[in-house]
Amino acid sequence: MIDPYLESILIFSGINIILALSLYLPISAGLLSLGHGGFMAIGAYMSAACTALYGLPFLPSLVLGAVMAGLVGAIVGFPALRIKGVYLIILTMGFGEITRVFFLNFEPTGAASGLGGIPPDTTLALVWFIVAILLFGFFQLRRSRLGRVMTAIRDDELAAEVIGINLARIKVAVFAAGAALGGLGGGLYAHYALFIDPAQFGFHRSAEIFIMVLLGGMGNYLGATLGAIVFTVLPEVLRGLQDWRMTLFGSLLVILMIVRPWGLIGARR
Amino acid sequence: MLIQQMINGLMLGSTYALIAIGYTLIFGVLNLVHLAHGEVFMIGAFVGLYAAMFLETGVFGSIVIAIIAAAAVGVLVEVLAIRPIRARNGHMLAPMISTIGVGIVLQELATRFFGAEQVGFPSAMVGAPWHFGSLTVTPMQMVILGVSVALMAALHFFVTRTKVGMAMRATAESLIISHTLGIRTDRTILLTFAVASGLGGAAGVLVGFSFNAISPFMGIDMGIKGLAAMLLGGLGNIYGAALGGLIIGVVEVLSVGYLSSSYRDAFAFVIIIGVLLVRPQGIFGARHHVEG
Repeated sequence: MIDPYLESILIFSGINIILALSLYLPISAGLLSLGHGGFMAIGAYMSAACTALYGLPFLPSLVLGAVMAGLVGAIVGFPALRIKGVYLIILTMGFGEITRVFFLNFEPTGAASGLGGIPPDTTLALVWFIVAILLFGFFQLRRSRLGRVMTAIRDDELAAEVIGINLARIKVAVFAAGAALGGLGGGLYAHYALFIDPAQFGFHRSAEIFIMVLLGGMGNYLGATLGAIVFTVLPEVLRGLQDWRMTLFGSLLVILMIVRPWGLIGARR
Repeated sequence: MLIQQMINGLMLGSTYALIAIGYTLIFGVLNLVHLAHGEVFMIGAFVGLYAAMFLETGVFGSIVIAIIAAAAVGVLVEVLAIRPIRARNGHMLAPMISTIGVGIVLQELATRFFGAEQVGFPSAMVGAPWHFGSLTVTPMQMVILGVSVALMAALHFFVTRTKVGMAMRATAESLIISHTLGIRTDRTILLTFAVASGLGGAAGVLVGFSFNAISPFMGIDMGIKGLAAMLLGGLGNIYGAALGGLIIGVVEVLSVGYLSSSYRDAFAFVIIIGVLLVRPQGIFGARHHVEG
């Protein structure tokens, strides 16, 4: 039997890896998002409502949550066709905030008091099975046509369009797929945390996912994975410092960016 | 009723405008979204409060002290957390991550030194309201509006009439060319951080006056609204940011008055998304920022 504390760290690492990869996907096509907490919230609430309120089985609920987040992601992805960089970051921040306020006022899922009584269906095996599939998928993606198309869009949009890449289709699809994965991570999170409320999916959550991707290494899916692990384990390692833990964590973030401005294992482009 | 709401909205909006101007100044020179700016604002609010409570500096004294303290914090942030990354020529987003780290540190330190509870300014400082027919205006609201307008006017004078201010605008236009023309860009960037953070600190005290509740966690919400205001006006444009702040303040108050108070934080963003779809560069923004 595995130690519960260790198990929780492993599960959270897995969920965070899924979340980091879900954001890495649009970022690898040059679409920055600082509102991924919103997609996570949609997946979490959708799947938790299915299991806790309507008694649906776990796996179909999880899929429903991901699909719902993906659909919303496709809608949010459309403005992303016209804007880039900082504008997109602030647009997605606005989306995250709107989602949070929506759930804060949405009575069927408990509004501000949150949604409890979620069945504890997320297991260590399931989380890491999904992580393994995703990592394999990303490994394949790198050498695939789609993966190269995404890199082309990230590096030079105009050139990509000139060689015949359908920018609109790829961008919306990638954004929606990232959102769906975020929703999947949210569903897993909800069925492990067992209680969700809108405050858990605020700006700080979006920022966390963003940090994980960029901390590990920009432009590399293994970097996002490493970033998620470091991000989960580091606060635990610092636990001995008690009250100074988050202060040191923030400082380490700054120092890491100074020492390795391309991420832990990121390559200079 | 409508006029009263408009007045309240303009008061609130003028504080958003000060924050948004800070963002936009920094974005102008470094193309950086300074995600700890909300926390600098929060530090300004606390310093102003403590100055008012323990040094009994009065309304204007505490604003001045808050401006100085926030400017100092802003300069420290630039020197410690942003300059080293710029020097190493990292990923364009590395400084942004670093500012998130700074935000965490500032928020934690504030919780540590000032406590996690909401505190308010002494009510004696707020004063009794004045009535003009059906309109109600508190002296504090006049202070908020007056100080914001004065600061914005001072900034306008600074960037259009003084040599350093013009150097700041030149640096925002092009860092490299200003440098070759003999402007000490590193110093100018420091100055920009000081001015931007000082404005944020002043906004902190003013918001403390109007809501009478400041906490270490207030920086995030206000920061997000300031960002929205900056975006609405167009990145890097001081006057756009001021106008954007006012618009968001008025819309927020009107939406609370006529629609529903529970959605107040979302309305600003609904507008932003609408604006981005129609005119992605914001009201006064230049096209090239959108593409980059």
